Amino acid sequence: MPEALLSKKNQKIVKDGLWDANPITFQILGICSALAVTTQLKTAIVMSLGLTIVTSMSNVIISLMRHFIPSSIRIIVQLTVVSAVVISIDQVLRAYMFDVSKQLSVFVGLIITNCIVMGRLEAFAMSNPPWKSFLDGLANGLGYSAILVMIGIIREIFGAGTLLGFHVVPQWMYAHGYANNGMMVLAPGAFFLLGIIVWIQRAISGYAESA
Amino acid sequence: MDVVHYVNLAIKAIFVENILLAFFLGNCSYIACSKKIETATGLGIAVIFVMLICTPACWAIKHFFLAKGALTWAGLPNVDLSFLIFISFIAVIAAMTQVVEMLVEKFSPALYNALGIFLPLIAVNCAILGAALFLDQRNYNLLESIVFGLGGGIGWALAIISMAAIRKKLWYSNIPAPLRGLGITMLLSGLMSMGFMCFAGIRL
Repeated sequence: MPEALLSKKNQKIVKDGLWDANPITFQILGICSALAVTTQLKTAIVMSLGLTIVTSMSNVIISLMRHFIPSSIRIIVQLTVVSAVVISIDQVLRAYMFDVSKQLSVFVGLIITNCIVMGRLEAFAMSNPPWKSFLDGLANGLGYSAILVMIGIIREIFGAGTLLGFHVVPQWMYAHGYANNGMMVLAPGAFFLLGIIVWIQRAISGYAESA
Repeated sequence: MDVVHYVNLAIKAIFVENILLAFFLGNCSYIACSKKIETATGLGIAVIFVMLICTPACWAIKHFFLAKGALTWAGLPNVDLSFLIFISFIAVIAAMTQVVEMLVEKFSPALYNALGIFLPLIAVNCAILGAALFLDQRNYNLLESIVFGLGGGIGWALAIISMAAIRKKLWYSNIPAPLRGLGITMLLSGLMSMGFMCFAGIRL
């Protein structure tokens, strides 16, 4: 009896990736890019899209090949597959969204070593069929995207007073002495924000590390 | 082309543009391995080592094979293979990590035992690939890329060792349960990164 496409088990895979085992706040994976590309909402969205595509695609590919990969060379096989997908994404970005590609600079290439991709390949795709792996990659990518978009919105509003490039902080607030918070654009702001978001998410989901 | 230029580059790579605290690279292993000072030191040294070897290797690969017109020596002046940069850099890094692991095992078993599992894991540390991609983007020459690789490695090691020292102190503090681990480490990194920003503007 084949399993339904969205059975209870598959729903749990999606929910895990999005909330209970969120890649950033629970598995502590992929933090580098979460902080680096979130000074603006636009780059955050493009990066999330890229990572979601890479995770789900490479999850499917590796899952299809899982019976033919000798375990001694699996890491290099995974890296090759991931790099191939990332190269395609990078070329598309350069062709159609050159300014965003410039802003993301090296971080598109760094999707290759993004721990979420490798982590999901190792932990899930190597031992599960393609459809489940696709769902898992998609859910983890979206869980990552949710955090990224959240940080991106907060940093852009408070750091530059804009959202997607439009001014959202009204002029009369500046006239009354409001000033953009420059720290939000810089590195420390990103660290603080992620720390606080992790705190809130874990307080709600009830997960705590031992030390 | 004087010494001061290279010293400035090294200072910039270690302090001002610390690869971990300003560019957020290598954050995953930074958080996972900063619980004990011994492991943090071992990993830091391993990263310095691999970075010092990988940056010139990546420079050479780019300069002689991948950049536009680089294949002129082979009689192919119009070939541009720069889209292959990602895949060849990651292959170089993975291979170099393997070579370094074998060399260290052969010539210094004590260091090999101390580094243990961390050597192979360095292949997927984004600090290394990040440094390689930065030197590609900024068009460093050979000597500059060596200095940048060494400086970046030292900066990364500095950050992880200081974080391990701070986290050792945290054993005695009463942190709210959801903030433990990742949360408090992030907040502390923010403070550290603010500290490192004070170095901005140092020039010789």
